[in-house]
Amino acid sequence: MSKPVHDFTAKVPEWSPYVTPVEFASATPAQLSAMKVTPSNKGVSAYVLTLAHDPESLEVRSPLFNLIMYGKDGLSPAERELGAIAASVVNRCIYCTAVHASRFLAHTKRTELIETVFADELQARLPPRDQAVFDFAARLSTTPIAATVADAGVLKEAGLSELEQLDLILSAAIFGWANRLMHTLGEPLAAEG
Amino acid sequence: MTTLIEKLAGIPTGSKLGAALKTRAEVLRLSEAAHDAVLVPRDPGGLSHALRAALAARMCRHLGSAALVAHYDGYLAHSGDADVAALAQPGGVSGDPRQDAMARHADLLTLSPRNATRGDIEALRSAGVGEPDIVRLSELAAFVNYQLRVVAGLVLLRDAS
Repeated sequence: MSKPVHDFTAKVPEWSPYVTPVEFASATPAQLSAMKVTPSNKGVSAYVLTLAHDPESLEVRSPLFNLIMYGKDGLSPAERELGAIAASVVNRCIYCTAVHASRFLAHTKRTELIETVFADELQARLPPRDQAVFDFAARLSTTPIAATVADAGVLKEAGLSELEQLDLILSAAIFGWANRLMHTLGEPLAAEG
Repeated sequence: MTTLIEKLAGIPTGSKLGAALKTRAEVLRLSEAAHDAVLVPRDPGGLSHALRAALAARMCRHLGSAALVAHYDGYLAHSGDADVAALAQPGGVSGDPRQDAMARHADLLTLSPRNATRGDIEALRSAGVGEPDIVRLSELAAFVNYQLRVVAGLVLLRDAS
């Protein structure tokens, strides 16, 4: 039997919902339409079937999420992932952290950075540009929002262009959204095997 | 067309940040569509448009975002539903157990989502909130927290430049 995962990991767990997902066979036309625009075409996940209870939100959020995380130009894919990881650490979304740590590693192979973030969380000491990216995203993710104009200035000093700074805000913010679904509507279970 | 996020962040169009926003016009357009999907959906389920506006204003008050509070208070006033107005204030209750449970959950998802557990979903169910409405409420809270952070982040970049 799979057990809930409570510690940060880069090994992607399974996500198990607390609410009953929509049954694919009895989904309404609006729900089917909303599910079609999701990235996964190899079977619809429990997460998407759960969100299909609100097809209007799902239909808009999936393309928005993809554009923010995988759009062209601006912030590098790895740094978008780092912004997502920072937000997910603040919100302690073990599932989102695992998925995006594994994607960060696929881009960079920088296991030492991920290990440092998992061990020290918001106190993690990183190389200057990574630190600026991580801290800004983390401080934008807290309630109340801790990020300051000085933190924004650090991003600029670290060499991020205006477009890169904007992309970082978007990646942290869209994870404020994703974490509030993933972490609160279900739990991560250790993957079998 | 100027989107809500652009209007509230007040970024000068001729600035470098204004140019960056122009590059991300599609993100802003989809963010606006998401706003409409959670605030004024065609099928609101068990969360009326007025209740959604009240809860959104409440969450924005938690973050101290005057501009977004004013925006959602405007939606609430336009709805003309006085029964849910008290929920727009942190700590405010309507006396309806179902709505009050939703307000508590919106508070949790705004203030400390990391502390949310299965028990919080059970509490919603016990108060009579159906499963589709649990998801609708979660999307509303999640979107408003996204929007609050995009606007706040842009204001920081604007003031740092």
